[in-house]
Amino acid sequence: MEPMTQPAADPEPMAQPAADMPLRDVPGPSAIGGGFRRFWELLTVIAVTDFKKTYFGTTLGYLWSLGRPLMLFAVLLAVFTQVFRLGSSVPHYAVLLLMNIVLFGFFQEATTIAVYSIVGQEAIVRKTQFPRLVIPLSVVLTSLFNLLLNLVVVVIFILAFGVSPTWTWLLTPVLLVLLVGITVAVSMIVASLYPRFRDIAIIWTVASTALFYCTPILYPISKLSHHPTLRQIILLNPLAPILELARKWIIQPSAEGPAAAAGGWPHLLAPAAIYVAICLFAVWIFKREAPRIAEQL
Amino acid sequence: MQDSSYETVTSEATSPLDVRAGGGPVAIEVRGVSKSFRIPERRPDSSSRVPRLLTRPDHRELHAVRDISFDVHKGEFFGIVGRNGSGKSTLLKILASIYRADTGRVRVAGRIAPFIELGVGFNPELTARENCEVSGVIMGLTRREARRRLDAVLDFAELRDYVELKVKNYSSGMMVRLAFAIMIQADAEIMLIDEVLAVGDASFAQKCLDVFYARRAAGRTIVLVTHDMGTVETLCHRAMVVHDGELQQIGDPRRSALCYYRLNFPDRIAETQTPDGPTAEAQTPDGPGAESSLQPPALDARVVRAELLSPSGTAVAGVNQGAPLKLDVVVEAARDLVDPVFLIQIRNQDELLIAGIRRMLSGRVPAGRQVRLAGEVQNLLVPGSYRLECVIREERSAPRLGQKPMALMDFGVLGTATLHGVAALREDVEVTWSR
Repeated sequence: MEPMTQPAADPEPMAQPAADMPLRDVPGPSAIGGGFRRFWELLTVIAVTDFKKTYFGTTLGYLWSLGRPLMLFAVLLAVFTQVFRLGSSVPHYAVLLLMNIVLFGFFQEATTIAVYSIVGQEAIVRKTQFPRLVIPLSVVLTSLFNLLLNLVVVVIFILAFGVSPTWTWLLTPVLLVLLVGITVAVSMIVASLYPRFRDIAIIWTVASTALFYCTPILYPISKLSHHPTLRQIILLNPLAPILELARKWIIQPSAEGPAAAAGGWPHLLAPAAIYVAICLFAVWIFKREAPRIAEQL
Repeated sequence: MQDSSYETVTSEATSPLDVRAGGGPVAIEVRGVSKSFRIPERRPDSSSRVPRLLTRPDHRELHAVRDISFDVHKGEFFGIVGRNGSGKSTLLKILASIYRADTGRVRVAGRIAPFIELGVGFNPELTARENCEVSGVIMGLTRREARRRLDAVLDFAELRDYVELKVKNYSSGMMVRLAFAIMIQADAEIMLIDEVLAVGDASFAQKCLDVFYARRAAGRTIVLVTHDMGTVETLCHRAMVVHDGELQQIGDPRRSALCYYRLNFPDRIAETQTPDGPTAEAQTPDGPGAESSLQPPALDARVVRAELLSPSGTAVAGVNQGAPLKLDVVVEAARDLVDPVFLIQIRNQDELLIAGIRRMLSGRVPAGRQVRLAGEVQNLLVPGSYRLECVIREERSAPRLGQKPMALMDFGVLGTATLHGVAALREDVEVTWSR
């Protein structure tokens, strides 16, 4: 990793007997290879650069990273509380909507960009030694920076709308870990499939929009109490319990929470199993595609 | 540079360096490596689109590398040469862990730094400082290391005044200099280089060569993929020729260069060539000095007249050593040429490119129009027989590698002095008794 600090890169290597350097197999291209340190360096450098790129050349620069969500929220608030009046019966509907949109927005943004990520970094993939997994992960990391900034704005709104902080706010990292996990898994799947199967880009645009409506974002799941089958189906979506948990922990501690909404903890086993299955599938497909991905670009 | 012995590589049939390097421990061991690509072939009719989901699309197997085995020894400068599409770059990418071999095994001793392309990961919106960091990390430095070496990069690239300038505002020459300067920061026991030598202006190119000489002298193992036989003959200890994915020749760089020329210009280098004769030459039947009767079919132009003139203006077959070469060449365009570039090249008996003269004519030269290139050339050639050839290409079209040069004529340089090397440089070195 640091050529000059390794004993082998000594300025007079000709004087050294080379017997101490054993032959070993070249690793070949892979998802992770090259050591943790290099992986982390690459990941952060690429994610930070991509994050910087978002506001390149703008007059306000980084102010936009807070200004953009603020303005978007203003539009959403106006539309959903003044025009549609969707959630007049839901307590703190406005901020619930904001939080849901921010959380789902992270998932959607990261996975949509991840689809094109490996093809977009073609030069690096084809011309350098590079752990392939860095590419979709850096996309998720960049989106995570945006998410954290957006959450700052969300907290401001939550407090402004009169929600009082509770100790369960401290559980937010658990939510984020669950959300980031599924986002990484889906990003890995779409990113690894796209070079070979370009249709995935179109499929994913449609699928993620469908997912938007199949996730309790515009409505809390309790609103579907009159339609138990639909509720069961929606709760198969691993994102649904995550958003319901977020609602209970952050905005309305009295809300029923995902377990109650599903009709008991055992019913949450299905989305949990799907979550794990997606993650395992992601690891399997990425490991399978990574070694040959450079050839398919 | 510390290494002053590299000139000897070309002047002797078997290089002493070759022996030294050949005796060292193995740094790269390649055994039976094959690689093929599946190129999807889509039939144009739309009926085949629908079942594409159900049946597998048609594929053509492209065997890029076929069962290649070789060793590179520690401290060796090893060349891989071959025509476009011969599989040499694929081979390099297998060594660099960018492609995975289908079969076979590659083992290396030490870390590998691949230099496949300059400026990988460059972002035009970033400044030189930021790009240095990003590229450095991509090449394997840590971020702190990359930042620490910024000064060295800027000094080498001679871009200290432009460190905060966005790279998109750089000229292409500056960009190349920056990219190369960053690239050479990555140091490893084994360096894999894919034709990045031909960059920048002449003085920068020399600086780049110096870096490679230095690395060579420092005992790094270097594998270089190139088209340029001049580089192979001057830099490499050993070289390997790859043709259609197969290993054709491995060993002495000069012999490999000859093999490469044979593959490229099969009709120009006579079949009398014996692979074992390192000094076997391509001689025209008329012998040195006679005007060449070889006129390979030229696509772009044909030679009307090619003469070497004596001081009094008569056509001659040879000149005395040191006497200027007066050239008079007339070519006729066989098709319309836009901004044609004329390269007149002098090669010696070993096919080594000694010198090139490049002239460009702006504008369009219609088919049938004749162009004359005439003038004097300083003659530093050692006695021997030489060939004059001409390559014509259009400035704006991509150079066609392996383009067959038009033979203009063979000529001789007459002299009695027996000199080593390719040039008799003007010098005033004296030998005296020293106290």
